[in-house]
Amino acid sequence: MEAATYRDGVRAAVAIAATVWFFGASFGLVARAAGLGVLAPLVMSATTFAGSAQFAVVSILGTGGGAVAAIAAAVLLNARYVPISISVAPLFHGRRLRRLAEAQLIVDESWAISSRGHGRFDRGLLIGAGLALYVAWVGGTAVGVAGGEALGDPRALGLDGAFPALFLALLVPQLTDARARVAALLGGAIALALIPVTPAGVPIVAASAACLLGLWRRG
Amino acid sequence: MTIWLVALVVGVVTVVFKAAGPLVLGQRSLPGPVADVVALLAPVLLAALVVTQTVGGDNRLVLDARLAGVGAGAAAIAVRAPLPAVVVAAAVTTALVRLFS
Repeated sequence: MEAATYRDGVRAAVAIAATVWFFGASFGLVARAAGLGVLAPLVMSATTFAGSAQFAVVSILGTGGGAVAAIAAAVLLNARYVPISISVAPLFHGRRLRRLAEAQLIVDESWAISSRGHGRFDRGLLIGAGLALYVAWVGGTAVGVAGGEALGDPRALGLDGAFPALFLALLVPQLTDARARVAALLGGAIALALIPVTPAGVPIVAASAACLLGLWRRG
Repeated sequence: MTIWLVALVVGVVTVVFKAAGPLVLGQRSLPGPVADVVALLAPVLLAALVVTQTVGGDNRLVLDARLAGVGAGAAAIAVRAPLPAVVVAAAVTTALVRLFS
């Protein structure tokens, strides 16, 4: 398959970036409502750039939880970025600082969009989609902290149902052989079993154990 | 202020997590068996994300309108609808089911 340009990546991410924008706005809104001010939520969106961890921080601090609990939840939620960043490592070259900066565009959605199957990923799609999503997330947060009550609740718009559907759409083309299908089923089952018994974030990280099926010889 | 401490620590840790692969591994290729394991990360983590985003809740399974949304998304995928159509079908279905339930 031909390598994609950054522009292709932006184009591929437009629909999901619109959804991410709404969630950024609602993050800004709830962070402001939780008394976290205007600047801190913006700095967080610009540096952390990971929705679930940021929402967890706001909900813990907003309900009287301490810094340690908030940090622990966010670290667990974002631990999945270690295996995720390993999977796309070959796409990054040049000086260390450049690799460090570009790697910040890795987020679930950009990573998923850039996946070409069989462990291959496309740099143009990853960077282009990551840029579009970054602008949407930080821009949405800015609108939210500035008072985005008029936008409506993303849940009322059903946007929380859009993310799993996106991941499903990107999963299906990956299920090209028996090994990938079994590993995906096992990973999903591990996550499902752990949701009620572990803190959020752990089910996804633990599911990566299913990758060990890669050691199973091809038939 | 607590929020600044949390924002700083979480920001730095996340930056390090995201850069871990590109900085530590860089262009080096992984030995065969490790590459075989890493190749399965995409299907496995995507499946885990589908599950946690569909029925994940505050330390419990939550069956709500998202399930209908994912069902609509699956139907759209089955008829080979383009990605934006899948996303829109899922959002609209989730919103409608939530509105009428």
